[in-house]
Amino acid sequence: MRHIISILMENESGALSRVAGLFSARGYNIESLTVAPTEDPSLSRMTLVTRGNDEIIEQITKQLNKLIDVVKLIDLAESFHIERELLMVKVRTSPEMRDEIRSMADIFRGKIIDVTPTTYIIEMTGPSEKLDAFIAAIDPESIIEAVRSGPTGISRGELGLHL
Amino acid sequence: MELNGAQIVVQSLIDEGVEYIFGYPGGAVLHLYDAIFQQEELKHILVRHEQGATHAADGYARATGKPGVVLVTSGPGATNAVTGIATAYLDSIPLVVISGQVSLPVIGSDAFQEVDMVGITRPCVKHNFLVKDVTKLAETIKKAFYVATSGRPGPVVIDIPKDITAPNIKVPYSYPESVSIRSYNPVVSGHKDQIKKAVDLLLSAKRPIIYSGGGVVLGEASEQLIEFTRALGYPITNTLMGLGSYPATDNQYVGMLGMHGTYEANMAMHESDVIIAIGARFDDRVTGKLDLFCPHAKIIHIDIDPASISKTVRVAIPIVGDIKPVLEQMLSLIKESCIKTDADALAQWWKQISEWQTINCLDFDRTSPLIKPQYVIEQLHEVTKGDAYVTSDVGQHQMWAAQYYKFNKPRRWINSGGLGTMGFGLPAAIGVKLAFPEADVACVTGEASIQMCIQELSTALQYKTHVKIINLNNRYMGMVRQWQEFSYESRYSHSYMDTLPEFVKLAEAYGHVGLRIDKPEEVRPTLETAFAMKDRTVFIDIMTDRTENVYPMIEAGKGHHDMKLRVAIGTSTDRELA
Repeated sequence: MRHIISILMENESGALSRVAGLFSARGYNIESLTVAPTEDPSLSRMTLVTRGNDEIIEQITKQLNKLIDVVKLIDLAESFHIERELLMVKVRTSPEMRDEIRSMADIFRGKIIDVTPTTYIIEMTGPSEKLDAFIAAIDPESIIEAVRSGPTGISRGELGLHL
Repeated sequence: MELNGAQIVVQSLIDEGVEYIFGYPGGAVLHLYDAIFQQEELKHILVRHEQGATHAADGYARATGKPGVVLVTSGPGATNAVTGIATAYLDSIPLVVISGQVSLPVIGSDAFQEVDMVGITRPCVKHNFLVKDVTKLAETIKKAFYVATSGRPGPVVIDIPKDITAPNIKVPYSYPESVSIRSYNPVVSGHKDQIKKAVDLLLSAKRPIIYSGGGVVLGEASEQLIEFTRALGYPITNTLMGLGSYPATDNQYVGMLGMHGTYEANMAMHESDVIIAIGARFDDRVTGKLDLFCPHAKIIHIDIDPASISKTVRVAIPIVGDIKPVLEQMLSLIKESCIKTDADALAQWWKQISEWQTINCLDFDRTSPLIKPQYVIEQLHEVTKGDAYVTSDVGQHQMWAAQYYKFNKPRRWINSGGLGTMGFGLPAAIGVKLAFPEADVACVTGEASIQMCIQELSTALQYKTHVKIINLNNRYMGMVRQWQEFSYESRYSHSYMDTLPEFVKLAEAYGHVGLRIDKPEEVRPTLETAFAMKDRTVFIDIMTDRTENVYPMIEAGKGHHDMKLRVAIGTSTDRELA
């Protein structure tokens, strides 16, 4: 099963490599990993997407908690949560296709953020499956480049990952 | 008080109460060595190879319970220390390893003797630090000791760039009394409800067994374990790392379990209905094939490390906490409880166990004209009155020492259990002897293992650490040969050396006494002679039966009930065994 693990960790050099190293050393897989500082500059927040059965996920969270730099973590899959990913995709546009691509972007609530005579860059956020669906819906030949942030998430309601 | 970085390191170690630092100098730690030179409190032990420094500090830590401290230079000094760091990591031994690093401005430029020590050691340390600011030095050292010794202990590396220790940069010094780390709060007391549930399950058991490991030694909970075990009247088995935490000569002790454990311990595990695992981690050398492990048992597991629980074997009742207080709580619940242990079932269970014991699985041929290694260990036990510190290397001799030296006290058995590091025994013995100069310290080794850190014989002379080296010389890498005999149709691929040194001359060249024996009747008097020489390191080269194997044995892929036993020799029975 797919799990999104959110980690608050000390914003120190090497902290990221401790997490990445743990996954490779113990043979866990990482589907995606995002990391950025938080409003508290001493902390950074990492969102990690992994897959495994309950035993593996239990070990992953225990091993992560064991890292001295990890302050706190939650497995978002255990509760109601919101998940978003950012996609920017650069597509080649022939004159006759420009309208169609624009309306497709509209349907998916995407924005066109860069325009040249022959290309658009479309920005889109949403759950990863929505971005997958958008990419599947446009002509693969037209995609020059697609860049995705990897998902990040937050739990609903009062529950939160903070100190 | 204003001190420079090098002085801060030395003063911090003194303020931390460090007695010995094991090390080897080099470019990146020259400032540190200059500061060591100018004081007398902190005693430096100069080893002959950095691996020896880590093992010696490790032996000191295992024997005393205090953290071992190491100082090495950057680059090759640091990488040479890695084997010893990994050894300590796998056995949860507290070490603080200070490594020199090239100066901050040249880090990352492939400077002379530069390696990324923090990167290299990351997977084999509990934590590591790169110090980038001299004002953070004292606090970092305090943190390192705190992390190394608290919770589940382990090695911590502090990588210090040379310019941080520069003599001309002085900053105010004070060593923190204590330190807290917001992201690190090891759990100490166990969950009350879990403890209650565990006691209920334990008392209702029909075929219980206590399976305890190195955590009892690390947690200083041997006394509590003995009281707990006696209160229940249940059989107890120890892991390789737990030997001595329960007295081996006690009636409730059924021997070591696992790959080379006793028949009765492994059978009792296999047939048990309730197991309480105390400070043990279900290592693959203990469990055998996981699918076949203890098929009828409900398992209670006490461990200070939550990640050790249900890692390989799912347990019914996990208790995360420090073993000593958890056992104390359990003991008082057992005493208060209106439920009593099932005396009839227990009597039946002990009857079954004593039947297994009649197989006498550790028996060996006592009439052989060749020296049997098991006999040497038995004699060692007698000559040292069972009270020596015994270090070992890795292989057959290690298993024989574990099986035949009946350890009755914790911290007396010092071996590399998790990583299985050949070369560990001699430097570890030196570390132990420094801690306990009056005690008998024996290093049980083999002619292959001893050569991996033989250079430390020179250190032993310099610091007058008069250990006795029991070299069980079978002219083979015995354990490799044994596996090749069993699993590779006796194709002994590179498990022997065509050339061996004359160990007697070698010992003499290093300034020690060398003795060589090849007859069983020489064993006892030679051991007595060696241990009587209190002021000499003695190397006894013992020519043993080269074909001897370690029994019993659970071969790879088998379960506890499926052991390979020695058949039809000496006093043992030759009946078909299950």
